[in-house]
Amino acid sequence: MSTPRRLLAPVVTASALALSLTACGSGAATGGADAAKPGEKIKLTVALFGDFGFKPLYEEYRKTHPDVEIVERVTKFDDHHNNLVKQLATNAGAADIEAVEVGFISTFTAQPAKFRDLKEFGLDRRKSDYLDWKWQQGLSKDGSTLLGLGTDVGGLAMCYRRDLFEKAGLPADREKVSELWPTWDAYIETGKKFTEAKVPDAKFVDSPGELFRAMVNQAPTGFYDQQDNLIAGSNPEVRKAWDTSVKVVQNGLSAKLAAFSPPWNTGFAKGSFATIICPAWMTAYIQDQAKDAAGKWDIATVPGGAGNSGGSHLMVPTQSKHPKEAAELIDFLTSKENQVKVFKETGSFPSIPALYDDPSIQGFTKPFFNDAPVGKIYSEAAKALKPQHLGPKEALVRAAFGDGIGRVEQGKQQSEEAWNQALKDAETVK
Amino acid sequence: MATRAPDRPAATTTGRASHRPPRRFLSHRFDMKVSPYAYVAPFLVLFCAFGVFPLVYTAWVSLHEWTLLSDVHRFIGLDNFATLLGDGYFWNATFNTLSIGVLSTVPQLVMAIWLASLLNRPLRAQTFFRITLLLPNVTSVVAVVVIFSQLFGRDFGLINWVLSWFGVDGVAWSEGALSSHVALSVMIMWRWTGYNALIFLAAMQAVPRELYEAATLDGASPYTQLRRITIPMIRPTIIFVVIVSTIGAMQIIAEPLLFGAGTNGGNIVTGGPDRQFQTLALYVYERGFVNFDFGYASAASWVMFAFVVVAAAVNYLFISRSRGDLT
Repeated sequence: MSTPRRLLAPVVTASALALSLTACGSGAATGGADAAKPGEKIKLTVALFGDFGFKPLYEEYRKTHPDVEIVERVTKFDDHHNNLVKQLATNAGAADIEAVEVGFISTFTAQPAKFRDLKEFGLDRRKSDYLDWKWQQGLSKDGSTLLGLGTDVGGLAMCYRRDLFEKAGLPADREKVSELWPTWDAYIETGKKFTEAKVPDAKFVDSPGELFRAMVNQAPTGFYDQQDNLIAGSNPEVRKAWDTSVKVVQNGLSAKLAAFSPPWNTGFAKGSFATIICPAWMTAYIQDQAKDAAGKWDIATVPGGAGNSGGSHLMVPTQSKHPKEAAELIDFLTSKENQVKVFKETGSFPSIPALYDDPSIQGFTKPFFNDAPVGKIYSEAAKALKPQHLGPKEALVRAAFGDGIGRVEQGKQQSEEAWNQALKDAETVK
Repeated sequence: MATRAPDRPAATTTGRASHRPPRRFLSHRFDMKVSPYAYVAPFLVLFCAFGVFPLVYTAWVSLHEWTLLSDVHRFIGLDNFATLLGDGYFWNATFNTLSIGVLSTVPQLVMAIWLASLLNRPLRAQTFFRITLLLPNVTSVVAVVVIFSQLFGRDFGLINWVLSWFGVDGVAWSEGALSSHVALSVMIMWRWTGYNALIFLAAMQAVPRELYEAATLDGASPYTQLRRITIPMIRPTIIFVVIVSTIGAMQIIAEPLLFGAGTNGGNIVTGGPDRQFQTLALYVYERGFVNFDFGYASAASWVMFAFVVVAAAVNYLFISRSRGDLT
């Protein structure tokens, strides 16, 4: 018995090795055939920066397109966009379909040669479907080529914890809460009342960073003017957003949890803050992080009017080997029916206005948010939206100001000093 | 050599006349002269491809306005270097690097020597202790920093929980410059102390036992033995470890990057909103791979290279000059 045992290990290793070798061999063979005979199985890669709720759609697509194999590649938000820049520069490694968030869209539409013109594949017929401004964002700067098709828009709302509001003696009903804050100043006043009530271990808001972003997005013009000049320093709206954010800090309303950091995630679960700015896509995030808090969250309107925060486009890099099939898949993923499905699955709100009055959207509620009519809330938000022109370095400029508010929040600098440094940082972004 | 030397003129003069001996001789000579180079060639080729070429190419890039978003690269001479020398963020990063370097390296080496001298005694389960020392080093840096970022968390961190027993509340480790440097140094020490201790231990085992026996007979305490015998005897190893640690400390990037991701979310490459723990390597990364300003990042990495050389040289001179008590 002992001899065979002793032989077992090497034999197993050897055969495993042989197996893996043949696996490599066959893999290479199909890879070769892939390029040679387009009639056979085509592999499409889709690179995203989070869960877009596409997985069930792939399954569906496979049924009608048995020759297409779809591979999804998810990276973190920052890494995803940085990698794409590198992949375009080196002309290698990009996926067949790349998702680009609105903060980066102008960076990429400024390089029209690096992406396929989707008009070649007849996708300009989708123009009438879309919100006009969402469509425009996917065009090259001169408007001649169609580089990306929109997925979702991030109409704004304000999510809040009913239980914490009740503890603080504030109304918890969503209409009443919306009435509390028609303006950002009223929002801060409400925050002061909340703070005075001394609810243990809870602050009014997670951190001012995302509030600042939302307030800038509500303005008719933001960091850039229509000609892509940086006007952050001279635009009073940006300064107003800054001052309001600083007021949030000065009044001790902030839990000082930077958005998308691990402590922020913990904060959801522990109920460390009572309100959070809530673009449509955020609802899925909250639901995911605060699993035990079902029914405690609710959604009210946002102070200061409508605005857009976030939302994405899907683009096909020129280096893609199967641009036609990729364009076809984009058409499918962004179709009317599928945007509804994605909304119901993840909360990402459609960019097709014809859907906003559709009963399937209008009547859609979410039990997690105390049966809030999310469909109705976000369609109102999306309808009222006035588009804002986004500049080529939107994300980096926003990050510079975010750091500035962070310095005030951490007590490193006074508002004025932090503002000047943030402005200088934004101006040196190349 | 003596027997071969006279052969040489014979071989060259009779080379044409008789065939076989000279050819064997030539092939032998060829073997002696060329083979060693052939043996080291793989390393040299790799070193040129991944060491020398990037170094030279980076120097070339640093003389241009070179961004990843544009295909036009304009030659601007030394402008990038001039801007760099007046760049407050660059000097801030330099200061942070030195501060973290000193805070992590000095206690680390002292602890490593202490641990090594403990393990250098007859001990039960020696192998077990030696392996334990090396374990933190084989852990992935990502895992280490993610865990430590949670330990150093402001609201729910273990360390603050322990500190709260002593009346110290809510230390925001990532917010202060000094506190964040301390946190990062702890992570670095956690990973490298054991590794350095093992190197010291290997050197200590080569110290002749007679010295210790003689010292014990003369009544020297263990501490005196460590100071008067061990440390002077392992000085070459100490020099080696100090230089390698210095070079390592100058290039720290993963720890501050991941610490930023663990505490700041959004904009993680600046090492905190006030750049309080952005190191040089992280600054180069920010300029190069987030702002895509390759020309500027290349200039910064060349200056950083110069700093590393200077720091290593200073350390070498300092340590090799400070004579131990034995000599």
